[in-house]
Amino acid sequence: MSALNYQGINETVAAVTGEREQIADGLLGIAKLDRRQFIKLTGLVGGGLMLSFTLPRAAAAGGPLKPNGYVRIDADGITLLAKNPEVGQGVKTSLPMIVAEELDAAWDDVTVVQSPIDAATYGMQFAGGSMSIPMNWTPLRQAGATARAMLVGAAAKQLGVPAEELSTRDSHVIHEASGRKLKYTALAADAAEMPVPDAASLTLKSTGDFRLLGKRITGVDNEALVRGEALFGIDVSVPGMKYAVYQKCPAIGGKAKSANLAEIKAMPGVHDAFILDGNDNAMDLLPGVAIIAESTWAAIRAKRALAVEWDETEASKDSWSAAVAEAESLRGEAGERVVDEGDVDAAFESAAERVSGYYTYHFVSHAQLEPQNTTASFADGALEIWSPTQTPDWGMDAVARATGIDKSKITLHQMRCGGGFGRRLYNDFMCEAAAITQRAGVPVKLQWTREDDMAYDLYRAGGFHQLEGSVDAEGKVTGWRDHFITFANDGRPVSGGALGQGVFPNGLVPNVRFEQTALDWKNRCAAWRAPGANVFGFVVQSFLHELAAAAGRDHLEVLLEVFGEPRWLVPDNPGTLNTERAANVVKLAAEKAGWGRDMPDGRALGLAFYFSHMGHIAEVADVSVDTDKKIKVHKVTVAADVGPIVNLSGAENQMQGSVVDGLSTMMGLSVTFENGRVQQSNFDKYPLLRMGATPKVDVHFVDSDFSPTGLGEPALPPLAPAVCNAIYSATGRRIRTLPISEEGYTV
Amino acid sequence: MASLRVNVNGEVREVDASDPATPLLWVLRDELGLVGTKFGCGISQCGACTVLLDGNPVKSCSFPVSGVGDSTVTTIEGLAGSAGELNPVQQAWVDLDVAQCGYCQSGQIMAAEALLRSNPDPDDAAIDAAMAGNLCRCGTYVRIREGVKTAAASMKEGRT
Ligand code: FES
Ligand code: FES
Repeated sequence: MSALNYQGINETVAAVTGEREQIADGLLGIAKLDRRQFIKLTGLVGGGLMLSFTLPRAAAAGGPLKPNGYVRIDADGITLLAKNPEVGQGVKTSLPMIVAEELDAAWDDVTVVQSPIDAATYGMQFAGGSMSIPMNWTPLRQAGATARAMLVGAAAKQLGVPAEELSTRDSHVIHEASGRKLKYTALAADAAEMPVPDAASLTLKSTGDFRLLGKRITGVDNEALVRGEALFGIDVSVPGMKYAVYQKCPAIGGKAKSANLAEIKAMPGVHDAFILDGNDNAMDLLPGVAIIAESTWAAIRAKRALAVEWDETEASKDSWSAAVAEAESLRGEAGERVVDEGDVDAAFESAAERVSGYYTYHFVSHAQLEPQNTTASFADGALEIWSPTQTPDWGMDAVARATGIDKSKITLHQMRCGGGFGRRLYNDFMCEAAAITQRAGVPVKLQWTREDDMAYDLYRAGGFHQLEGSVDAEGKVTGWRDHFITFANDGRPVSGGALGQGVFPNGLVPNVRFEQTALDWKNRCAAWRAPGANVFGFVVQSFLHELAAAAGRDHLEVLLEVFGEPRWLVPDNPGTLNTERAANVVKLAAEKAGWGRDMPDGRALGLAFYFSHMGHIAEVADVSVDTDKKIKVHKVTVAADVGPIVNLSGAENQMQGSVVDGLSTMMGLSVTFENGRVQQSNFDKYPLLRMGATPKVDVHFVDSDFSPTGLGEPALPPLAPAVCNAIYSATGRRIRTLPISEEGYTV
Repeated sequence: MASLRVNVNGEVREVDASDPATPLLWVLRDELGLVGTKFGCGISQCGACTVLLDGNPVKSCSFPVSGVGDSTVTTIEGLAGSAGELNPVQQAWVDLDVAQCGYCQSGQIMAAEALLRSNPDPDDAAIDAAMAGNLCRCGTYVRIREGVKTAAASMKEGRT
């Protein structure tokens, strides 16, 4: 077996996580996405029409109306299909709402079900990059409008009136002139016989006519959740199922040479135990020892008694302390220039004030609350999988690579995910379950422990930024240089490991130079909620405040000045920062938070803005700090422009959650490595924020007419700099390290 | 096979006791099929596995099945009324749309239920203290706090 390869670790994923925004020349425009999706949808509508011709007459006469993969109406009711994985971002509710709006279905009449995983019908199905809303906005509206047009057509025929005299509302077609009303469910059978209209010919509603979108709609799974029904991957049970655990080398890259398998197999409740060699891809199937037992507990108990001899010749020796020392020795040097606009050296030369700061942040873990798991069953050459994944289709590809089973023989059932945050863009747990059932010949539920989860995450990489900046005699920011020392997995830049054209303040400050140096790293690093932005936001929005302070100017005034004239940073590209939208949210957050008002001693407001995932978000944190560096975040005011809001309840929930996640992470979360091993193993050493430290969160959405964009991520990046800027204003102490517990702060 | 009798959600169930140290969590999930109680950490840190033992919150991942004895166990599946109607905490959670991923929420609801049984009118400090053992990775604490208050108010209404 050769050394691990990291092929595909970030290249493919960058496309869906929105990181392309930050990588030179990779700007994703909404318009572009809509077009691509539109073509897929048009093809799909044609397919639907063909299907209705091939149906036996009797079946066609009884309905259902099924013009596309998203709508199914029959005499019993209206079913809408949710195509993407639900990981807590709310898409199982918000995506069908978009269909229901154009369909004019009353939300109470709608039943939502998770769609099958089927690329031919649904195109890409994934949860990542806050892309569900922007990528599906137009196709889903067209899907709803298509069904509506067919219902109207059927009603026109039944009533003998022209379609133009008909309107729709609350799951009915209405003929105003005669006061007649027909229910969708009663029309479905006839509507199924109508020609499927060309999606491009449909007129979609103007945003002012929305009846459902923008309202507060509660999650479609809420009731099942509060009853404790089986929704998640971990809840799956199939006939004859055994319970599996899988022990990998504590340092990634190590291989299992031998283990006390006989002893393990003799333990009570243990069914089987064996070594798997893995397939050499670090994201698929790593080497390890599988134990299969009669219950999860019997498996966990046996794993504790497992003694493995590992070959660590090629295993990771990653050391955080060594990386810190290496970065320290490199930060004064020049790195590879990745962005070089204007003349930074000249700007520094002629500066009135020059400021420098060394910013660092630790690695962090995703720590989604549901530990990885997958249930898999292999029989007669076919593999069936139930998995909580963010990328079902890629998961099947990975399983095919790891097991040699042809993808056509794999069926995947998408399960609700107990959190994602980017971790479940990768499907190593799915590969393990598949390989174990393939070898063992019984269906298995593979269960990772929390310890497995923390030891085998794909971490958000730590990083180091040596910054220099300048302001001129008028206090204007003139120059900005960042030497970013980051990491590479097998020569591939890690997620969040590239300063590109789209990173603040490029395009906003006249002279900007970004330089990079990458340190080699074996532990896998990948997308973590708002990749890149979640750390760059802290660095650049804190440093901008440093420059404002050096110039003796108000932070708000400097930030607005930096945005300058209203424009898209890349002309006509609505996937890029728009300075007017940026300025608007900054002003709104400042106004709502009472920026500039007098604050008691030891208490201050801090401001930050960040643009990511096509969302413009500003936050103001109201923070007090006592003499023991204990902080209290009283309130965070959030202002966001993400276009029209689809589901107000879900949108606010994402904003509140992003604030809490941001605070949790900046306060005390850190993963460190020595001798290739992760030093933290469970929540006792990885202290997620608890309820008592939760601030009030005041959320404001700007009513704008742009295409709507996603909210799973963009509210996170401004939180840490807003809080750190407030701490500076309250105490005069500048924080340049995350988590801030490293500098003695507690919450 | 050694067995034990435990009272879960008002029903006496016979469960495997060949390892008396088996955490109650895995008995509930694997043996009794009550999967609403969740596994998050296994070391009493996250609260995802919270159940009620005689009305008091217990982390079932760290509580041996042999410790149940004559006590009654209530899980999330046992909260709704006999006709299936949601109890006030469950109803508040649905109405306020508390959940994001929802994975922690069984445990949150059980902790909230325990709090309201002992303190029908908790203030913020009491809520924070009672809920301190329950992590929410998605950060739904703002709504959990609201949910507890809403449930308290509707329980009060129900009583008067
Ligand atoms: S699983 Fe029991 S406290 Fe976390
Ligand atoms: S809602 Fe996801 S962990 Fe709480």
